[in-house]
Amino acid sequence: MTCLPSEPPARRLGLVIDLDTCVGCQACVIACKQWNTGGHPAPLTDQEPYGIEPRGAFLNRVHSYEAGEGAAGQTVHFPKSCLHCDEAACVTVCPTGASYKRSEDGIVLVQEDLCIGCGLCAWACPYGARELDADQGVMKKCTLCIDRIYNENLPEAVRQPACVACCPTGARHFGDLADPDSAVSRLVAERNGFGPLPELGYQPTNRYLPPRPRRTAPADGVPAALEPAAPTGGFLAWLDRVLSD
Amino acid sequence: MHPAPSIIVFTTLSGAGYGLLFVLALGSMLGAVPAWPGLGLAGTALALGLISVGLLASTLHLGHPERAWRAVSQWRSSWLSREGVMALLTYLPALIFAAGWVLLRTTGGVFRLFALLAAAGAAVTVWCTGMIYASLKPIRQWHHPLVAPIYLAFALMTGSLLALPLLAFAGAPHAWANWLAVLAILLAWGLKTIWWRAVDHDEPLSTPESATGLGRLGLVGLLDPPHTETNYLLHEMAFRIGRRHRRKLRRLGYAFGLGAALVLSLLTLAVTGAVAGLLGSLAAMAGLTGVAIERWLFFAEARHTVRLYYRRRAA
Repeated sequence: MTCLPSEPPARRLGLVIDLDTCVGCQACVIACKQWNTGGHPAPLTDQEPYGIEPRGAFLNRVHSYEAGEGAAGQTVHFPKSCLHCDEAACVTVCPTGASYKRSEDGIVLVQEDLCIGCGLCAWACPYGARELDADQGVMKKCTLCIDRIYNENLPEAVRQPACVACCPTGARHFGDLADPDSAVSRLVAERNGFGPLPELGYQPTNRYLPPRPRRTAPADGVPAALEPAAPTGGFLAWLDRVLSD
Repeated sequence: MHPAPSIIVFTTLSGAGYGLLFVLALGSMLGAVPAWPGLGLAGTALALGLISVGLLASTLHLGHPERAWRAVSQWRSSWLSREGVMALLTYLPALIFAAGWVLLRTTGGVFRLFALLAAAGAAVTVWCTGMIYASLKPIRQWHHPLVAPIYLAFALMTGSLLALPLLAFAGAPHAWANWLAVLAILLAWGLKTIWWRAVDHDEPLSTPESATGLGRLGLVGLLDPPHTETNYLLHEMAFRIGRRHRRKLRRLGYAFGLGAALVLSLLTLAVTGAVAGLLGSLAAMAGLTGVAIERWLFFAEARHTVRLYYRRRAA
C-alpha cells in the first residue's frame, strides 16, 4: 500500500553525513554499487561499462561544490542518496504499491516485482535519489542496506550500510534519528545537522553536518616566513658546520 | 523534464477523446445531437478510439508494460492510479451509451443516465491526468492550481473541435458546437497565458543553496559532477532544448491552437454540409496541433529541483 504509515515510525533509521570530513574519495559510491549489485536491489546494471559513454544506475552519488567567494570559499563534497523522508511523495505517487515506507523503521523501499517502471516516483523526489535501471526496467533506490543492517549472518560490528562501513574518514554515520540519545541524534544536535530543501516539506530523515568554520588566514594572505636554520649544538650543528665548509 | 513522445501522444489524444465523449454525451442528453446510428458509430468510435490509442501509447514508456494492470491498485494515494481506475471505469457507461446509440438507435431513456456517467467519467479522468502533474512539488511550474483546469480546458477544446466535422458531415445542426469550441479555445488559451505569465515570473522557491544547505557559506555551484557521462536523472529531468526555442514554439502553439482553430471554427458557422465538415476537420487538426505543441512545451519547459544539484555557478 502506498499510503504512508499512519503512525510515525517507532524508529527512524538514517544516515548522518559530515560535510566537514568528507574528502570526496567516492569510496561510498563504489561500496554501495558493489554491495547492491548483489544485494536486495540486484542487479544494479550498467550500460556500456567499458564503452565510450558508460552509464548505469547508482544509489549513491557524490557531487563536489564550491561554496562561498574568494579566500573564504570552500570545496564541499556532498554525498547524496535516498533521505528516507517522512513525507515521502515517491511512495504516495506510486500507482502499483511497489514503493512503500516501512512502519517499523521508516526505510523507503521498492518491491521490484510490482514496479512497472513508470518513473513517476523519480519525478516526485526532489533530491534525485531514485534511478531507473535501464536494463531491468524498474526503479532502484538506496535500501539503507537493509540486507546488512538486520543480517544476523554478519558480525555485529559490520551490520551497517556499506557506504558507512567503508568510509575512510568516518564522515558517514548510521543510526536511529527518532531516539534523541542515539549517537547520530547527538551529532546532529551538536553540529546543527540539517535536511536539504526544507521548503518543500519532505521532512527527510537523513541529516547533513555543515562544514566547520575555517581557521582564519593571516590578514595579508601570506604565511609567516621561516627563520634561517642555525642549529647551535649537537649532531645537527656539527652537520651544519661540515656541510657549510 | 524530458518530453517523452508517448506521454505527449497520450495526453493529447486521450484528452481529445475524453473531450469528444463529454461533448457528444452531454449534447445528446440535451437533445443537441441527433440519435442517428451513423453519427453515433462515427462519434463514439472516434472518441473511444482516441482514448484507447492514447492509453496504449502511455504504456509504451513503461519499463514493464505487462504489469500495467497493477496500476489500478493504489487509488487511495496516487493520482496516476486514480487516472487508471477512472479511465477503465469510464469505458463501461461509454460503451453502453454507444451501444444504445448505434444498435438500439436511441440516446434517450435509461441511456441518458449512461451518457451522464460517461461525461462525468471523462471529466474526472482528465482531471486526474492534470493532478498527476499538479501534485509534484519538485516541479514548480507543474505544482500550480491552474495545471489541472488547463488540462480540462484543452480536452474540452479539442473535443468540441472534433465534434464539429462529425456533426457537419452528418448534416446535423452544429452551430452550438462551433460556439462551444470558440468558448473553449478562448478559455483554454486564456488560462494557459495566465499560467505562462505566472510561472515565467515566479521567484524560484528552491536554489542550489537550499538544495545543498550550503547557503551559509555563500553562493553554491557545482565544481565536479558525480558522473562523467549522462545518467537517468539528467536524461529524464534536465531537458535543456525546450527553453531555447520556447518563444517561437509558444507562438506556433498560439498560431495553430488559438488563431487557426478559432478562425476555422467561426468560418464553419457560415457553411453547411461537406464544406462545413472539411473546414471543421481543419479546425480540429489545427487545434490538436496547437495542443501537441503546448503539451511538448509543458514538459520541455518544466524544471525539476534535481537540476539544482548539477548547476554550475555563473562565471
